[in-house]
Amino acid sequence: MADSRTPAKRPLVTRPRAIVIGASSGVGAALTRRLVLSGYLVAAVARRQEMLEDLCTSINASLPTENNQVIWPYAHDVTNFEEIPDLFQEIVQTLGGLDLIVYAAAVQPAVGAQEFNFDKDRAMINTNLLGAIAWLNQAAVRFERARGGQIVGISSIAGERGRVAGPVYNTSKAGLNTYLEALRNRLSRRGVTVTTIKPGFVETRLLQNAAKTFWVISPEDAAKQIHTAIARRHQTVFIPKRWLVVGLIIRHIPSFIFRRLSF
Amino acid sequence: MIKEEYSSTENDITSAQIEHLEAVDSWGGASHSVSYVYRPATKEQLYEIFNLAQRSGRTVGLRGGGQSYGDAAMNSENILLDMRRMNRVLAWDPMTGIVRVEPGVTISQLWQYILEDGWWPPVVTGTSYTTIGGCAGMNVHGKNAYQVGPIGDHILEFDMMLLSGETITCSRQDNSDLFFAAIGGFGMLGIFTSITMQMKRVYSGYLDVFTQTQNNLDGMFEYFETYVDSSDYIVGWIDAFAKGSALGRGDVHRANYLPPGADLAPSQSLRLDNQHLSPNMFGVMPRSIVWLFMRPFMNNLGTSLVNRAKQISGYFGGSRQYRQTHAAFHFLLDYVPDWKNAYGSGGLIQYQPFIPKETAHDAFADILRLCQRRGILNYLTVFKRHRPDEFLMRHGLDGYSMAMDFRVTDARREPIEKLAFEMDEIVLAAGGRFYLAKDSTLRPAVAEAYLGKATIEKFKAVKRKYDPQDLLQTDLWRRIFADL
Repeated sequence: MADSRTPAKRPLVTRPRAIVIGASSGVGAALTRRLVLSGYLVAAVARRQEMLEDLCTSINASLPTENNQVIWPYAHDVTNFEEIPDLFQEIVQTLGGLDLIVYAAAVQPAVGAQEFNFDKDRAMINTNLLGAIAWLNQAAVRFERARGGQIVGISSIAGERGRVAGPVYNTSKAGLNTYLEALRNRLSRRGVTVTTIKPGFVETRLLQNAAKTFWVISPEDAAKQIHTAIARRHQTVFIPKRWLVVGLIIRHIPSFIFRRLSF
Repeated sequence: MIKEEYSSTENDITSAQIEHLEAVDSWGGASHSVSYVYRPATKEQLYEIFNLAQRSGRTVGLRGGGQSYGDAAMNSENILLDMRRMNRVLAWDPMTGIVRVEPGVTISQLWQYILEDGWWPPVVTGTSYTTIGGCAGMNVHGKNAYQVGPIGDHILEFDMMLLSGETITCSRQDNSDLFFAAIGGFGMLGIFTSITMQMKRVYSGYLDVFTQTQNNLDGMFEYFETYVDSSDYIVGWIDAFAKGSALGRGDVHRANYLPPGADLAPSQSLRLDNQHLSPNMFGVMPRSIVWLFMRPFMNNLGTSLVNRAKQISGYFGGSRQYRQTHAAFHFLLDYVPDWKNAYGSGGLIQYQPFIPKETAHDAFADILRLCQRRGILNYLTVFKRHRPDEFLMRHGLDGYSMAMDFRVTDARREPIEKLAFEMDEIVLAAGGRFYLAKDSTLRPAVAEAYLGKATIEKFKAVKRKYDPQDLLQTDLWRRIFADL
């Protein structure tokens, strides 16, 4: 039964363990790299196996020669909801425990100004929201019982209001925000930290289909700031911080004005 | 009801196990884990958990009182059996002093069961919260180890349930390979379901206790060598802060049983009411909050001041003699409940090497000086004398042990580990041994060096014979032995 062996061989000097879902590209990949470099053991979960393997190879290459494995790739499509409970168990057993879970998977297909396409909508809800719920529910049960842990959801500034440009993308992120808030209210009294990350525009594939962009930052910059938020166990963080002001304003624009705006 | 809970079907293994997920820390509080904790009360329930383990591909670790300082009773992400519900005294004969207990019976339960008949466990740990199963698995010793050996020397036979569900009886004659490997075999071979032991006759509820201050390590050793033959118990407390010519100074306590007739009213002194500790210290302070007042002294300055004060008071007080109850003398660690909390949230680890008497003096002096050079001082240092025994994975030898408690903080984790590795070198060079119940830092190569390749191979052969699926594991097993 050698497969149930934990990597922790030094009880005094243990490494924290993380799962990153949506690790193959964009913010997820940059964050995975940063977590590994800062000492985490990381299970990198993503749909696209080749990109996942490239990521693991490049991360391993950037590390000093070590005998011990620090990153475990898992090819998985988050919309295969029924395989999540077993996969979660398998990963946690392989890592020898769990301290952090980051949900970074998201899709944003191009949606026209007057387009109502249910297939695209369903894909966004499935990946951005239901996948998050399926994964983070697993972590919530475990962390509650373990009396500790950190749950991080990479949401978006897009979840602040429903806008003409992306009704369902906005909905998926608003749903994620509400879900994370509820998790926080359930779990913070059990010693669990729930962190909602709300990035503005980040230079990733998701951005290809965004209408107007400004204050664009690189995935590496975003990952750096997210890493800081994780380390400081923050609750809700805008990335970069200036989006806090934008978020505040957007949330307070009255509907009679907001419905006349074109973004 | 319980039956239903354990007989989960193939499909609901995951959900059934989630119900059992619990955070489990090392006793010292420096290591943390999460395990699927089950609390069987019967052999039938044990067997069902074995089946569950096999179906779900998880290993099974054993835990008694959870008093091991490190990861000996932890099994991260796997099944952990808390054995404390199997806690019946199965047979007791006050004529012969032979007792048969289930593994979850604690030392506390045991002595309270037998003392009023005029018997005392021949070997007890410094805390009474340990279970007999755990004590046998670790082959624990007491402050009389140099005279009576570890607890295994007093076990007449035991029943062990194997992972196959079969129960076999082991003694020095029958299944002796398992007898000598399972005692001290840290729960890797099977589950004790009953343990039969010989108790020790006592003629009073009191011990005659003598204390004396020693000014240095030479004095310590001299005192021990002078009194080992004539004392039933000896233990030393070393001030790890003392340097130079005062290196190794401290207090020594020794104690003797009262001979028959010395206590004129043994039926009174043996009564449990007479043994129980008062809930208050100095008559007023509840003992349950004393650790709070120790908290400010758990740093280098605080402990050095306390040690200095003890030295000075000992110097003026000279040697003292008094009578103390068995419980008060033995269970000093229980005297202040939750004293480990005084070490703060980082917890503590213990490092306890055993070193042959010929090399012990110099090795311990080297170790004390090394800790001082590294600036990592231990706040409690207990010094004991031992004798060899015939168990396979023994820690006992003809020499001394020094148990050192180190306070762990996040910043000190790596330095303490490094210090432990340096101390390992001194211990190995001196021909020393280690004790798994206390361990948090031992590496495979060091274990191989002190136990010997042949011993480990022999132990693994016994494990293959009785646990062929390698189902019994702990974090400690995976850390040290799994890859050897």
